[in-house]
Amino acid sequence: MQHGRYPFIVGFLILPLTLYGVFVISPFVQAFHYSLTDWSGVSPDLSYVGLQNFQTLMRDGLFLQALRNNALLLLGLPAITVMLALFFAFLLNVGGAKGKAGVQGIRGNGFYKLAFFLPQVLSVPVIAVIWAVIFDPTSDGLANSALGWVGLGSFGWLADPNLALYSVLWVLIWGSVGFYLVLFNAAMSSIPRDIFEAALIDGAGRFSTFVRVTMPLLWDTIQTSWVYLAILSLDVYALVAVMTAGPGGPDNSTQVISLQIAQNGFQFGRAGYASAMGVVLFFLTLIIATVMLRLTRRERIEY
Amino acid sequence: MAVATQPREPAGVDENGSAGKPARGTRPVSGGASGDSAVNVFSHTVLIGWSILVMIPFLWALVASTKTSREIFGDPWALPASPQWSNFSSAWDKGVGDYLLNSLIVVSGGVLLTMLLGSMTAYVLARYEFRGNRFIYYLFAAGMMFPVFLAIVPLFFVVQNLGMLSTYHGLILVYVAYSLPFTVFFMHSFFRTLPTSVAEAAIMDGASHTGVFFRVMLPMAKPGLLSIAIFNVLGQWNQFVLPAFLSPEKPVLAQGIATLLASQRYEGDWGALFAALTVAMVPVVVVYLVFYRQVQAGLTGGTLK
Repeated sequence: MQHGRYPFIVGFLILPLTLYGVFVISPFVQAFHYSLTDWSGVSPDLSYVGLQNFQTLMRDGLFLQALRNNALLLLGLPAITVMLALFFAFLLNVGGAKGKAGVQGIRGNGFYKLAFFLPQVLSVPVIAVIWAVIFDPTSDGLANSALGWVGLGSFGWLADPNLALYSVLWVLIWGSVGFYLVLFNAAMSSIPRDIFEAALIDGAGRFSTFVRVTMPLLWDTIQTSWVYLAILSLDVYALVAVMTAGPGGPDNSTQVISLQIAQNGFQFGRAGYASAMGVVLFFLTLIIATVMLRLTRRERIEY
Repeated sequence: MAVATQPREPAGVDENGSAGKPARGTRPVSGGASGDSAVNVFSHTVLIGWSILVMIPFLWALVASTKTSREIFGDPWALPASPQWSNFSSAWDKGVGDYLLNSLIVVSGGVLLTMLLGSMTAYVLARYEFRGNRFIYYLFAAGMMFPVFLAIVPLFFVVQNLGMLSTYHGLILVYVAYSLPFTVFFMHSFFRTLPTSVAEAAIMDGASHTGVFFRVMLPMAKPGLLSIAIFNVLGQWNQFVLPAFLSPEKPVLAQGIATLLASQRYEGDWGALFAALTVAMVPVVVVYLVFYRQVQAGLTGGTLK
């Protein structure tokens, strides 16, 4: 069994580890290094400026605007997506008619999951382009004409600085709900049925069963989803880059950290400064993930 | 993977009229009170509402691919007066064929290499004890947490220094490197669940370690390989951030779509834009409809671990 063991291990690992080291690990490490320099990215010379980039960041109005916009997405995206997905999962699982086996899942369960999940398999630019056209600000745009039927006026959507970021948030929610619905549904169907039956025999209604029995059993999954969605709201790039005017407009109302990194790093020749933004993004992600896991920690329920 | 425990139900069972969806109120079958069917009607209404909200944009884009620009904006809900199939040829003239070819080459190379290197790494890490094993495993696991935007600026210069900007092999290698963490993580847990006895017997019979991996373990790992392959095909096909910065001269389809939107803002050929969208959407949707259980399981499975 020992024969040729080490050559085999090294032979199998050398190529993947090299690729991973060159294209993933090294850029991450370099980003921390460059964040302490004034490197332009164009010329090879650079000098160390200590934490100066980070001090400049704190006074950079555009970056602070981007941070605020990411913060709004962070407040909206996880909460609304998780609530909608849970609500739909609830309807799928207990919205059906009551039969001899107690409350049942709804008919057409498979169809709904198939439909809701669809945005998840398409690339973000495809979704961004479709919504950019749906949100046409004239009264003949698809969204505006649909709202016209129910008597609401037309909106400027992505062209309105007060509405643009919410339009982006909507598309993010619209695209994510299906994924989390399928996730919650999978977690729910791994809960033994007799737990629900016991709750029903004890006289619990659908809603209280859901809140008191299902949700606590799903807590781990909900927690993970919350963190994933938080990371998504900090990381958002493609949707904003493709869908908004500028991108980041109008009036920087949809400016986000990733756009700032791309602009500073590739257009303004401030690669060191952009790396500092990347480092801030990294620590924000780390802190928010940790805080969220801490805040939502509960005793784990085994079943 | 957590999915695949639900009973198989054909899509769109609703036409059978069961479970009181049409709200006739007289169905005694469910043996419930009228409040019960009210819940049922409410559930279906809400769920159908959201289904429509999800599907309308895609269906609308499909129809728009056969309309003129004037029809798309003038009367957004109408069908085209006569289908403009020429939209597809003008989309082709705008480079969609090249984008499609670039995507096909990069994704097929990227997925094949990801699967090969990913399962080799996962196998060694899952089945062989050696110094540094845990370290390498956590190194890969950490790669799943880092925001890609932290790396994007240095990554650009790494690829540039290697002379690989806007090349197929450059993009393929970068895709593989960024797909490895999840692939290794997923296949690692899969290889752990496979029985050891078969591999040991093969070693007894004089097979080499490499032979055991390719002839015994890989065939046994087929279900896991299928899930992760679908995951990688979709992930790499839809990749936008990496090619947007690393392959400006050789755009893949997702990038091309974004570029086309930008240029239609002054060219105004919206029909061609939607034709290009259709070309980008239809293959993915077909794959999804055929493999939807595996797709949903593959995409959500990793999250639950």
